[in-house]
Amino acid sequence: MDSFSGIYFLICDFYYLIHFGGLLSSKISRENFIRSIADLLRKAEIELPDDVESALRKAETAEESQVAKSQLEAILKNLEIAKKHGVPMCQDTGIMIFFAELGTEFQPGFDLEAALREAVILATAEVPLRPNAVDPLTRKNSGDNTGVGIPDIHWKLVPGNQLKITAAPKGAGSENMSALRMFNPTETGNIRNFVLETIVNAGGMPCPPLTIGVEIGGSSDAAARLAKEALLEPLDAPMNGLEIEILETVNSLGIGCMGLGGSTTALAVHVKTAYCHTASLSVAVNIQCWANRHASIVFGGDE
Amino acid sequence: MEYHLQTPLKKEDIEKLNAGNVVYISGELLTARDEAHARILEMKEKGEKLPFSLEGAVIYHCGPLMQQAESGWKVISAGPTTNGRMSKMTPSLLKAHDVRAIIGKGGMKGVASELENKCVYLAYTGGCAALAAELIKEVNTVHWLDLGMPEAVWVLRVEEFGPLIVGIDSKGKDIFAEVRERAEKVLEKLQK
Repeated sequence: MDSFSGIYFLICDFYYLIHFGGLLSSKISRENFIRSIADLLRKAEIELPDDVESALRKAETAEESQVAKSQLEAILKNLEIAKKHGVPMCQDTGIMIFFAELGTEFQPGFDLEAALREAVILATAEVPLRPNAVDPLTRKNSGDNTGVGIPDIHWKLVPGNQLKITAAPKGAGSENMSALRMFNPTETGNIRNFVLETIVNAGGMPCPPLTIGVEIGGSSDAAARLAKEALLEPLDAPMNGLEIEILETVNSLGIGCMGLGGSTTALAVHVKTAYCHTASLSVAVNIQCWANRHASIVFGGDE
Repeated sequence: MEYHLQTPLKKEDIEKLNAGNVVYISGELLTARDEAHARILEMKEKGEKLPFSLEGAVIYHCGPLMQQAESGWKVISAGPTTNGRMSKMTPSLLKAHDVRAIIGKGGMKGVASELENKCVYLAYTGGCAALAAELIKEVNTVHWLDLGMPEAVWVLRVEEFGPLIVGIDSKGKDIFAEVRERAEKVLEKLQK
């Protein structure tokens, strides 16, 4: 690979792997990076990951309520049309959120945040994406999906020489229904009920069937972030006892697809935990609509 | 039961609809979200005339994704938004104008009594924007673009827009409220 002077793309499932030969591994072209991220955003907006689409198909097959079934059929038909025409599956193309795992030995040689921002502007014009980013007080829309704090980039330093970026655009309908509560340390028994109350309160508003991310512990801000990160877990990954218990009780509520009644209110529940202060017990619930959009790309690395 | 309606809607058109019925609409839809609602009410208060008519209108709670082409605006994606946010402003809107149908998703808490004998709530599958865009034939015009693309009032020509489920009928029956009450009862039992 030492003589390899260019870049090649290896498309495997949701991952584009961009490899650089030998000494070039410390250099990555800014232009190619921006192009790849804009393409990644396009992919995330148009197609759902296979595990999410397959969970929706299963829900449609299992549904007995005719109204709920008609709604799930519309969702599946919508996914087909979005793919066929190459258009975003939902008009709420979301707020641009990136989860980035940056290898400590990965050296981009340019300002990664500025490049991500540029990629968002490019994707907004190209895909196109709905300009959603506004000033919180004046409500003035920037017009290009960027602004103070947007795109929202979560950096994690990891060992190695790769950079993995996951784009996870998030709509407001489901995000607005998310919740955080600071419990007393002795109230672990109330966690399940808090999740259920949040789901009942949300009803059909966050576009069920949902993916539910729950984070127990951590500081208040860490809890909220990790609950959101939990949404990225594959929907077909095995769930533990607590997750299954919450999923089954959520589905026993009968809220159903779009809140019109039915057997599938949630597709999956993912619970994460983090150590917290001995006097704290924070619990965050992040609600994701049926359009659990995300796509990843990996830059760098060795053969 | 399935109904195919033409806008502007008459009172008789909506009186025959029952919660759970399926409806398809042809004619014009007007999009309006939080900011447009606020401006409509503000203008009413000041006694100013709206640049569009809301009499017999169908309001679509939608912030579409549009693209400006040489020939005019093109709909890329136009699904319903969560209309719970508009619940507080809807009663005043219905007092000021004879809006006959509201299209959205997720239901609207506490508006069933305000809709009685006036208006129906029609549910369109949330997020199904690519599907909706296929049923929107033309962008007739746009008002208040200064509010931003999602918040502007878009006048859309549609053909057989649906399937829409009558979520709240004009007699006060509200499917969303019934589902919610049932869920609250299940939750109560679980908490015991």
